[in-house]
Amino acid sequence: MAREPVDRSGLPALGPPPAFTFPGIQRHVLPNGLQVRTVEHTSVPVVTFVLLVEGGSGADPATQEGLASLVADMVDEGTGNLTAIEVSDALARIGGDYDVDTGSDAFSFALTTLVRFADRGAGLLAGLLTRPSLRESDFTRVRQLRLDRLRQMKDVAPALAERAFLRLLYGRHPYGHTALGSEEGLRAISLDDVAAFHAVLFRPARSVLMAVGGLRHEELLEVASRAFGGWTEAAGAAAPPEPASALKAELTERRIALVHREAAAQSELRIGHLATWRRTPDYPSLLVMNAVLGGQFTSRLNLKLREEKAYTYGARSGFDWKRGLSPFALATSVHTASTAAAVADAAAEIEAIRGSRPVTGSELAHAKAALTRGYPSGFETAAHVARAVSQLALYDLPDTYFSNFVPTVNGVTSEDVTRVAAQYLDPGRLTALVVGDASVVAESLHALSFGEPLQLPVQM
Amino acid sequence: MTRHAAPVIDLPYTKRTLANGLDVVVHEDHHVPIVAVNLWYHVGSKNERPGRTGFAHLFEHLMFEGSAHHDSGYFAPLQAAGGQLNGSTNADRTNYWEVVPTNAVDLALWMESDRMAYLLPALTRERFETQRDVVLNERRQNYENRPYGLAMMAVVAALFPPDHPYHWMTIGSADDIRAMEFEDVREFFRTYYHPANASLVLAGDIATGLGFELAERYFGDIPAGVRPAPVRAAAALAEERRLVLEDRVELPRLYFGWLTAAMFEPGDAELDLAADLLANGKTARLYQTLVYERRVALDVSAAQQSREMAGFFVLAVTAAPGASLTELAAAVDEEIRRLEADGPTTAEMERAEAQAEAQFVYHLQTVGGFGGKSDQLNAYNVLRGDPGYFSRDLDRYRLATRESVRDAARRYLSLDRRVVLSAVPRGRASDALPGSVPVAVS
Repeated sequence: MAREPVDRSGLPALGPPPAFTFPGIQRHVLPNGLQVRTVEHTSVPVVTFVLLVEGGSGADPATQEGLASLVADMVDEGTGNLTAIEVSDALARIGGDYDVDTGSDAFSFALTTLVRFADRGAGLLAGLLTRPSLRESDFTRVRQLRLDRLRQMKDVAPALAERAFLRLLYGRHPYGHTALGSEEGLRAISLDDVAAFHAVLFRPARSVLMAVGGLRHEELLEVASRAFGGWTEAAGAAAPPEPASALKAELTERRIALVHREAAAQSELRIGHLATWRRTPDYPSLLVMNAVLGGQFTSRLNLKLREEKAYTYGARSGFDWKRGLSPFALATSVHTASTAAAVADAAAEIEAIRGSRPVTGSELAHAKAALTRGYPSGFETAAHVARAVSQLALYDLPDTYFSNFVPTVNGVTSEDVTRVAAQYLDPGRLTALVVGDASVVAESLHALSFGEPLQLPVQM
Repeated sequence: MTRHAAPVIDLPYTKRTLANGLDVVVHEDHHVPIVAVNLWYHVGSKNERPGRTGFAHLFEHLMFEGSAHHDSGYFAPLQAAGGQLNGSTNADRTNYWEVVPTNAVDLALWMESDRMAYLLPALTRERFETQRDVVLNERRQNYENRPYGLAMMAVVAALFPPDHPYHWMTIGSADDIRAMEFEDVREFFRTYYHPANASLVLAGDIATGLGFELAERYFGDIPAGVRPAPVRAAAALAEERRLVLEDRVELPRLYFGWLTAAMFEPGDAELDLAADLLANGKTARLYQTLVYERRVALDVSAAQQSREMAGFFVLAVTAAPGASLTELAAAVDEEIRRLEADGPTTAEMERAEAQAEAQFVYHLQTVGGFGGKSDQLNAYNVLRGDPGYFSRDLDRYRLATRESVRDAARRYLSLDRRVVLSAVPRGRASDALPGSVPVAVS
């Protein structure tokens, strides 16, 4: 077959952007106050439910860090007559894919199953979340497994870094601990605490159910109503605590801290500070700024630390979004010998994007294109859609958010990027954390402009 | 409410082979305006030799650094088009994929074809050396600096003899990676990276005719190479080998390894089911006895690792504080004996079938990326020569019986021909099973 040779003098131009219609969301409220959002998604006969419950690890009492996550772990340990094993068996028999996430501001319980098992799946999920058995013997076992997990994490450098860094940034604020909590906190929890916490937080009026899949809106709503319509508030439960997002977090000054890990092959690094919250009007500009700085493979930080210096397998930065004050941070793991150089290079990149080396036209175009052109690919599966819609519920964003996203991001200018970088990134407040071999790296950290390294113990 | 019959689980496709030997498979799915481009090269760490381990994976890194007509990184133009891209190497194959908006499919194919045809002119010593250091960092991050990260290296090294290419893991040895020569790259590329050793799948928002037209346009002129001869090697265990590895861990863990059926061979699916019923999820037998009831273990897991030349089955169990590896080993042996005597229960088989069916449906949800439809079609095409193997793959699970699972366990999970590795905290070699021989892995 005759064929024209491929023109390799330059990359082929893109065709006109394909049209995409974002999924239509319908909102409903059941008589018991539960909000339900339904989305039809018909590509594969699958349905995903996500129940978002306000609370999460930010609701942990100060003396019981880990309670929320323990409660979330306990709900599938039995409901009605079913034991933990029988619950697991019932899930397996509908091919159920069950997943729990304890976030800072909310819990998220997700179940994906085949459409023909939609009623069984929703009913099972409702049983677990609204009528968990909460038995003493299960509680003892689950708590012990969590204590043992904490002990194992002493060997996991990224986990050590995560724990120490949150504490450095937030101090005693409820966002200042990981969901798993601490040994002391877990030991202070009793089964009564679990039951009381569940009764206070797990209420229909504090929850939103996403139902997404290969059924019509009215069918999805019927499934949700049958499963969750009978959910009532526990009588006499105490008022929920003030949300963590409403509590003030103190800002901290520039410093460097070190957690010693003998003979570590690499140093785990975190560099960042508290920045802003998810609902800031500058969110689109911050998204673009971070895409230039460290949000993707081609960002400045990865190109510098991986592709130019070969200090690491990869470096990323980003905002860990919350309803309340959220941190900006760089995370990477570098060869021990390159630790101080990597900290210096990373801090220099954070500084530069604020003005001395502002975003270029091509960086801006690249970042916006990367964020917008692939946006529809995040709506491929029922689970993708359910999670995206639950983000709207979590941050109280409008249903038009998806269709507005691309034009909004495309409206961000280079001035916006430089302004938000200067406004929200503050070199004077950077906290750098190194989890690595102190005997090798401590000396070199003195030479950085972060002051005397603060030596931290491994704390679980 | 609408009644739903059991879904028809199908993955339709069209396949053609270009004159230069490149297999092309197209699958249409127009739900989202994206196209998955998925390219497999039938080369992996099994094509390496002792002293040169880790080369196939390092080479994969180099494929992202530029080609003759696009002499800079591959991420920038594809990400700017809204695409995602990645690659991976295992023992048997290396895959590269892009998921791009429909209007960028030309771009993705242009780039994939440019690095297939014209990688070497762009490959400099400097790029090679940088990526060699990046890979050393990858190894530190994912193996050396991770608890139990070196244990599987010791297990496969004991299961397979030193000249068998499954003796080493794909990441390779750090010494070998450091010793790699820039000059070796050229020959490796010429031997393995050409149309006759590759398979291209396009899946998503693309018409079948256009898919073949574009494949022909971008890849049709690339000279055919010589299809490399298949690698052949054999492995057998004559006895139980007990090993101990001291590692930076808090709690000891036992690893059991057996040589088993190769991918798609009789017994392979049955062992996959056996792994689930023994160790995966709360309903698994060992989870119930060791974690739920006796509380002597923190976790338990198992997997049938299916590969082209041979499979291996690995079961791992982590001791709860105070529990001994000896008591865990006794409990594992007891469950294996029970499986070999009675097989699974009817209830266990029903559950396994429901799970298998759901998993196959879930795998139809995404067109691209690791494990998406394009990757599955390529797996079936490269490893079975048949992209249509999807439904027969599911049948392997549907048709498995209590007897066939029992028989696979009897045949492969022998208590006296296996590797048992005790991974213990440093300085606590005495926690290992009796008779364990120290191994060093670095």
